[in-house]
Amino acid sequence: MKTSLPVVARVVEVIDESAQVRTLVLDRSLDAEPGQFLMAWLPGLDEKPFSLARPAPVTMTIARVGPFSQAIHALRPGDRLWIRGPLGRPFELPESDEDALLLIGGGYGVAPLHFLAERARAAGWPVDMIIGARTAADLVFARRFEALGARVTLTTDDGSAGLRGVATDAASRLLDEGRYVGLYACGPEPMLDAVERLAQARRLPAQLSYERYMRCGFGVCGSCAKEGWLVCKDGPVKLVPAPAP
Amino acid sequence: MARVARAGAGAVTAKSCSLEPRAGHPNPTVLAWEHGLINAVGLANPGVEVEIEELRRTRALLRPLGAALIASIFADTVENFHRVASRILEAAPDLIEVNISCPNVHAEFGTPFSADPAAAADVTAAVQAAVEGRAPVLVKLSPNVADLASIARAVAAAGADGISAINTLTGMVIDVDARRPILANRTGGLSGPAIRPLAIRCVYEIYRAVDLPIVGMGGVRSGRDAVEMIMAGATAVGVGSAVYEEGPEAFGRIRTEMAALMAELGYERLADMRGVAHR
Repeated sequence: MKTSLPVVARVVEVIDESAQVRTLVLDRSLDAEPGQFLMAWLPGLDEKPFSLARPAPVTMTIARVGPFSQAIHALRPGDRLWIRGPLGRPFELPESDEDALLLIGGGYGVAPLHFLAERARAAGWPVDMIIGARTAADLVFARRFEALGARVTLTTDDGSAGLRGVATDAASRLLDEGRYVGLYACGPEPMLDAVERLAQARRLPAQLSYERYMRCGFGVCGSCAKEGWLVCKDGPVKLVPAPAP
Repeated sequence: MARVARAGAGAVTAKSCSLEPRAGHPNPTVLAWEHGLINAVGLANPGVEVEIEELRRTRALLRPLGAALIASIFADTVENFHRVASRILEAAPDLIEVNISCPNVHAEFGTPFSADPAAAADVTAAVQAAVEGRAPVLVKLSPNVADLASIARAVAAAGADGISAINTLTGMVIDVDARRPILANRTGGLSGPAIRPLAIRCVYEIYRAVDLPIVGMGGVRSGRDAVEMIMAGATAVGVGSAVYEEGPEAFGRIRTEMAALMAELGYERLADMRGVAHR
């Protein structure tokens, strides 16, 4: 049988992205696609799903939100953690490379989109990236997307950096001006809902990456069920086709 | 659940539910190893109140597909088994399965009922007193006992309408780098191909011990495995862990394989091959 057991890895590098967000680079590589995730285990503590910012070497960008992510943030180079994966359904790149991809990331949701942008740029797609956050201090990854050759738009709720407002406002403006093959989003669920509505209104396909509490990560336990859909196996990326003409 | 019915399952068993919601054990709770799964989810469930609504919705989806709904219940005391059985009837399930055997919550639930003939009989009688014939009651037995036949006879005498067997077998997986069990609960229930010969033996023993329909389960993932279960004495066959490897499509494939194998063996009806291994 195909096994799904944790394997030990060591932290090689720790990068502070913001006060709340930290990136860990491990000494292992995975054959994974953008949008897939892994389960990270700290023995005696917990095991939780995290998306991949890069598969080789395994790179995860993690926000400090509770005791487990706090413990992950406490890891230093040389420390061990265990990983299980890759798991889940990835983003899919479209057929045509005529038009740009519009990527929309909320908060630390930008991490899996960075992996997607890297693949898309390598395959020749133009990429427009919108990074939305509460304040300037919460914006992460902007320079990394620029380094990939993506056109980056920043938005903050308080206007402390980039455009004042939410990421979908900026998306709406970009959609007025440019041509896109589809919308790709990762972030808080209200943002994903807004991106889905926007894509439907503009008659474009959307791919949305969801987060849920998970147990098995491979579709048998049902912990992550969302409206008859298993986030771990049918997702975490939901493909929403463009509305029929 | 509707997905497995659309894929060919004739009935669907819901996750076990209790009177009150339970969060279950911390992660890791489910792993796949070389020959099966091991889980210690810890009977996580939203409680009977929410479960009734979910079962009603599921039943509405299953009905047009011709698939039966099996509700599953557990509790910490005989009295609570009676209470949760009374409540679950509100969802009008086609059958009720009584989970007396989950090995994951040792001190709290499980062991006393599944390992002790008198306790297993008390639970069976309490559930039957609540159900009063409104749905057949299946009692799910644990293989983690010395004398399975005596438990089967006890629940049969207490009024069980059928027996489900087997529940998972207690196991442990240790990570050698971490030098500790991987599951947060340390032990968990083994399922999948590893336990199939043991499940076949248990169904065989129960068939010999009691005159009740048996839902045989444990590592079935092919039509040949299912036919083996029927020959050991099962009336119906349950499939769980195979979904991990293949998804819901496993159900349709197993049915097709069963039909082909039955034709090859010269059987027209399941009843003709049920228990033939005992002859």
